[in-house]
Amino acid sequence: MDTLGHTVIEVQNLLRTFGNVVAVAGVSFRVQAGEIFAFLGPNGAGKTTTLQMLITLLRPTSGTVRVDGRNPVTDPLGVRRSFGVVFQDTSLDAELTAFENMDLHGIFYHLPRRVSEGRINELLTLFGLWDRRHTMVKVFSGGMRRRLEVARALLHTPKILFLDEPTLGLDPQSRNILWQRVRDLNKSEGLTVFLTTHYMDEAERIAHRVAVIDAGRIIACGSPRALCDETGTSSLERAFLVLTGASSRDRPPGAADELRELARIWRR
Amino acid sequence: MRVVYYLWLRELKHYARSRPQIIASLGQPLLYLTVLGFGLDPVFRRSDQGSYLQFLAPGVIAMAILFSALFSGLGLLWDRQLGFLKETLVAPVPRAHIVIGRTLGGATVSLFQGVLVLLLALIAGFRPVRVAHIPVALVYMALIALVFAALGTTIGSVLRDTKGFQVITNFVVMPLFFLSGALFPLTDLAAALTLATRIDPLAYGVDGLRGALTGVSHFGLSTDVGVLALVATVFLACSVRAFGRTQL
Repeated sequence: MDTLGHTVIEVQNLLRTFGNVVAVAGVSFRVQAGEIFAFLGPNGAGKTTTLQMLITLLRPTSGTVRVDGRNPVTDPLGVRRSFGVVFQDTSLDAELTAFENMDLHGIFYHLPRRVSEGRINELLTLFGLWDRRHTMVKVFSGGMRRRLEVARALLHTPKILFLDEPTLGLDPQSRNILWQRVRDLNKSEGLTVFLTTHYMDEAERIAHRVAVIDAGRIIACGSPRALCDETGTSSLERAFLVLTGASSRDRPPGAADELRELARIWRR
Repeated sequence: MRVVYYLWLRELKHYARSRPQIIASLGQPLLYLTVLGFGLDPVFRRSDQGSYLQFLAPGVIAMAILFSALFSGLGLLWDRQLGFLKETLVAPVPRAHIVIGRTLGGATVSLFQGVLVLLLALIAGFRPVRVAHIPVALVYMALIALVFAALGTTIGSVLRDTKGFQVITNFVVMPLFFLSGALFPLTDLAAALTLATRIDPLAYGVDGLRGALTGVSHFGLSTDVGVLALVATVFLACSVRAFGRTQL
C-alpha cells in the first residue's frame, strides 16, 4: 500500500432518481490510488446505480463525480480509458473465442498489435485460460467466463478496476483464483480496485476500506477493522447486520423491482 | 477506423460460424422462387407479361437481402440481451464507429446472402438478359443491404428487448416487402396503393435490380440509385443518432 496517494475516485453529494424513486440519495466518498475499496449493501441499496454513474453509463441527477480527475458526463471517453470493468452479468461475445474477445478489447482500447498480443497471452496464462484460448466462449463454464472477463478488463492496463459482484455464482476455487490475482495486481502494480459485493467474508479479506450503503445512503465507511470496533462486533458480517438491520430488504411489492424496471425503461 | 473494421469482421465471423442458419434462411426464397415462380407463371403469361420467374427473381433476391439486413441490424438487441453491448458502451470509442462497423458488417453479410439467392434463381431457371449487367445488379443489392441494415440498427437501438421482433416483422418487414413490387408489377394500381409503393424504399431497390437483370424498370435506374443512396444516408444518420443515445 505504499503507492497509496492521490484521490482517483471522488464522489460528492451524488444523487440519482428514476421518476420519483430515489436510487442514490446523495453519497460522498473518495478512493485513493492503490486502494481496494468495497461497496457493501443489501439488494437494491444503490450499489450498481452508483457504479454505473462512475463508469459513464448513467448520468447523475445531481452531484459531482471525478474518476481519474475527469468528469464522466463531460469527458466520457477520457474516463473510459482509465478503467476496466467486470459487470454483474456477462459481457463477453459467446460466439467468439477467448482470444478473439481479448483481441477485440485491445482494438477498442487502441492497443498496438504487438503490445496487445503479448499482453493477451500473458493475461490468459495468468488466469489459467491459455490452453483454451481458441475455444468459443459459449462452451466456457461460469468460472472460466468470469476469469476471462477479469483478464479482459486488465488488458489495457487500466488505473482502476471496477468489479460488480464479481464472484456471484462462482465456486470457491474460481473465487480464490480471482481474488488472489486481483490482490497480486493491487500489490505489484498499485491497481486501484472498486468492488461491490454482498459477501462480507470476501470484503473483509480483500478490501482496505469498505462503505456500507443502504437505501441509497452511505451509513458507514472505514476499514473492516474500524467498522467492527465501531459496532462492537467481531466480524464484518455482524457489523453489517448491526448497521443495516437483520430483516430482508426485498420489500413487498418490491420498491427495488420497480426501480430496476424504471432504470431499464429510462433513457436519459 | 480499426474499430469499424473489426466490428465489421465480427459480423462476418458470426455469419460464417452459423452455417445451419445460412441454409435455413435460403428455404423461404427457394419456396417463393419455385412455388410462386412456377405456380403463378400460367396466370402471368395469360396476361401477356412473359415468364413470372423472370419477373419474380429480382424481387426474391431483394426480399432475402431485406430480411437478412434488417435482422442483422436488430442483432444489436441480442448484444444487449446477451451482454456484449455493455463492453462496447464502456469502450473509449465514439459510438458512431461502433454502429457503423456493425451496420456495414450486416450489410456485407446480407449482400452475400443476396448473391446466394441469385445463384438459386439461376439454378431455378432465371436468366439475366445481359451477364455484363450483373455488376450493376450487385450495386443495387449492396444499396438495398445498406439501407435496411441501417434501418435495422436504428430500430435495434431504440427497442429495449427482443419481444419487439414480432411487431417489427408484421408492421415493418412484411409491408416493406409486399409494397415493393417484388411480387406484382407497379403499373395500373389503385391510387392509394401506388402512393404506398412510392414511399417504400425497397420498391426502388427491387426496381433497380430488376432493371439491371431483366432490362425492365418502372422508375428508371438513375432515380433508383438516387433514392436508395439518399435513404441509406438518412438511415445511417438515424442509426448513429439512435445508438448514440443508447444506455443500458
